[in-house]
Amino acid sequence: MTEKVGVYICHCGSNIAGQVDVEGLAKWAKENLDGVVVARDYKFMCSSLGQELIEDDIKNEGLTRVVVGACSPHLHEKTFRRACANAGLNPYLCQMASLREQVSWVTEDKELANTKAKALISGAVHRVQFQKELEAKEVPVNPNTLVVGAGIAGIQASLELADAGYQVYLVEREPSIGGHMAQFDKTFPTLDCAACILTPRMSDVGAHPNINLLSYSEVEEVSGYVGNFDVRLRKRARYINEDDCTGCGICIDKCPKKVIDDVFEAGLGYRKAVYRPFPQAVPKFPVIDTESCIYFERGTCKACEKFCPTGAIDFEQEDTLLDLNVGNIILATGFDLFDVRRIPQYGYGRLANVFTNLEFERLCNAAGPTEGKVVMRDGVTQPKSVAIIHCVGSRDVHYNEYCSAVCCMAALKFGHLVKEKTGAEVYSFYIDLRTNQKGYEEFYNRLLEEGMHFIRGRVAEVTDAARMPGEEGKLIVQAEDTLLGKQRRIPVDMVILMAGLESRADAHDVALKFGISCSMAGWFTERHPKLAPVATMTDGIFIAGTCQGPKDIPATVAQGAAASARVQSMITRGTVEIEPIVATIHEENCSGCRICNDLCPFNAIDFDEEKKVSVINQALCKGCGTCVAACPAQAISGAHFNNDQIFAEIEGLLYDAVSGNGAKAAEPAKESVPA
Amino acid sequence: MNTETFEPKIVGFLCNWCSYRAMDLAGTSRVKYEPNIRVIRVMCTGRVDPTFVLKALALGADGVMIAGCHPGECHYLEQNYKAMRRFQMLEHTLRKFGIEDDRVRLQWASAAEGVQLAEAIDDMIEKVRALGPLNWSENYSQNGKVEAAIQRLAEEHAEAMEVPA
Repeated sequence: MTEKVGVYICHCGSNIAGQVDVEGLAKWAKENLDGVVVARDYKFMCSSLGQELIEDDIKNEGLTRVVVGACSPHLHEKTFRRACANAGLNPYLCQMASLREQVSWVTEDKELANTKAKALISGAVHRVQFQKELEAKEVPVNPNTLVVGAGIAGIQASLELADAGYQVYLVEREPSIGGHMAQFDKTFPTLDCAACILTPRMSDVGAHPNINLLSYSEVEEVSGYVGNFDVRLRKRARYINEDDCTGCGICIDKCPKKVIDDVFEAGLGYRKAVYRPFPQAVPKFPVIDTESCIYFERGTCKACEKFCPTGAIDFEQEDTLLDLNVGNIILATGFDLFDVRRIPQYGYGRLANVFTNLEFERLCNAAGPTEGKVVMRDGVTQPKSVAIIHCVGSRDVHYNEYCSAVCCMAALKFGHLVKEKTGAEVYSFYIDLRTNQKGYEEFYNRLLEEGMHFIRGRVAEVTDAARMPGEEGKLIVQAEDTLLGKQRRIPVDMVILMAGLESRADAHDVALKFGISCSMAGWFTERHPKLAPVATMTDGIFIAGTCQGPKDIPATVAQGAAASARVQSMITRGTVEIEPIVATIHEENCSGCRICNDLCPFNAIDFDEEKKVSVINQALCKGCGTCVAACPAQAISGAHFNNDQIFAEIEGLLYDAVSGNGAKAAEPAKESVPA
Repeated sequence: MNTETFEPKIVGFLCNWCSYRAMDLAGTSRVKYEPNIRVIRVMCTGRVDPTFVLKALALGADGVMIAGCHPGECHYLEQNYKAMRRFQMLEHTLRKFGIEDDRVRLQWASAAEGVQLAEAIDDMIEKVRALGPLNWSENYSQNGKVEAAIQRLAEEHAEAMEVPA
């Protein structure tokens, strides 16, 4: 092997250097590994100075291969490939060793960390010498974008893109767009009404010529790659012909079936079997809920059909499937609320006047079931005292460890609304008050002045079992006041549980469908927590809003706009590079056994009947390498992951194992075994 | 050799989409685990040719872990099922060579399961440490067991291929 390899060890500040002897490692690589002509260590390899170091060596020392021992290739492989390309070296002749994620951050013993670091560098040095020049493919980017979820994040992203002149397909599962924000009354800390700021944006979406709104629809299948995704949507049957419906609402008035609205009204109000979630819904067309519709149940009724002035009701309507091709996808699928029944000691569902935060939003909302009156479960009595319990299901190792980020401010908002509407005493049971955005601390001070009581302590239980005078007929909130250091029992009329935010129940399925990953808690994983918060590891798929983690409305809107900016830059560039990691069949070695043909789930392998050999369609190949491993004649090679490269890496990784003898582990032997 | 100071060498073949990311997550979450695993990134567990495993063992690895997406979650739809089928064949072959089951492990780990993957690695290393060094090629080349094992395997395969009368 006559390659000239340069090895670069990154200190990553002290992230790697704190645990690994970086200087010694570079020196060791130069002295012990074949082919290494330059080995350096540097504070931050990914900085422009670090990259210049590599570029200069390629030019001056004539390096033909580069190994960078730094962070995970998922973070900086592109950076170092680009540095190589800048200096005229094919980017695929660069290999990374993950010294940070796989060594320094996870290993306590320094000596063993050094041994492992040497193994990883040795593996990369061995492998890189077998790497081949590859050319990335350029493919055009379809300028159309799919936005999934039409809460405020999806609405913002869609409007930004549509205003820039690009076509957007906005998909929403519910009958109307608007998401959770449409359910809220006021927004903190400015107390402007949610509907007043949201509904104009909703109607903009409905009327925008560049937005194709697909409500009551879901994504069934996604295939393809960045710039060119094929998406199949299921548009569920509304049983109302959208071309004919004027949105007059007569069908809703005439429908004889009333059911509890569990979704929009959080179970506090009713809706009809044919319904529109709320009066300002976009689109304006109602939906017939087949589970409660009398016609679907018994085969008679059709009151709506009789009275519809335009004949828009169509009981025969069926789901339709739509196939789209888009260049990029933005996921803005939002959150679910923590199910407060999981904490039985707080009494929700058992004690009537324990409410969830979402229920309370609906109570306060002038368009809600009580027309904005804050009343107890009986629907008439105003509470004289209200307890607000923070961190229900959040910051709790038994449920969710994370902070839900919005509940402190929402609780302050509730305190203000209770005082404004009823004059009741408000007790807030908190762990820490987190008011860390613009205007939030000022709002907290305002509530202190308004006389809201703050008790620092996690609530042990909410009960109706009176023990002391004055507790009869009340809900008693028992908590340790950790500032006073004593137990307190506060009798109140009403309790509001600040349920935390959770990822959507089907977040894992959605992540799988779109080929992205999510955390254990179900929040979609961003490409980089600081530097790429709306991108994902899958090119062309972006995330915005609370599907990525709990956040408030301003942050959600910012992410929606950010995701659309990322998509716009993709569209403006017009083309995108695709990794050239594909498999190739060498005709002369192929026996035509066709074992590989059925292994490919993408149907990329065809059989050439004339030549009697199999052929790979490289446009369809995704580069998994299963056929490569299966070919009994080794006639298939997988670019960038061929057998030579992997065998060399194995050999390099086991630098300290003389064939079959673990006893010599301590002695770093350079070349241990014949291949 | 003193097993207390024996540090097994494990070669890991991790798929790019789930398990390698789980490893990254273990790193960013600072989950501590045994440093005996040395990881090779492949695009998919489907790429893992059984000869990779044999090669690693022959070159002095004391164990091999193959880790990929959970069944049904493969980035390439279903290629981890193919890895699973191959693995069963491989296990059978390795047994014939006298290699203990605990030395070669197929592990599923999604990108979110950094902690679980780290635990699986610790668990595997503990088991391999208890088994001691493999010394595969040395042991077998010295006492002719390899030839016998290959012979047995060939006979067994021939038996399996026979069509019952």
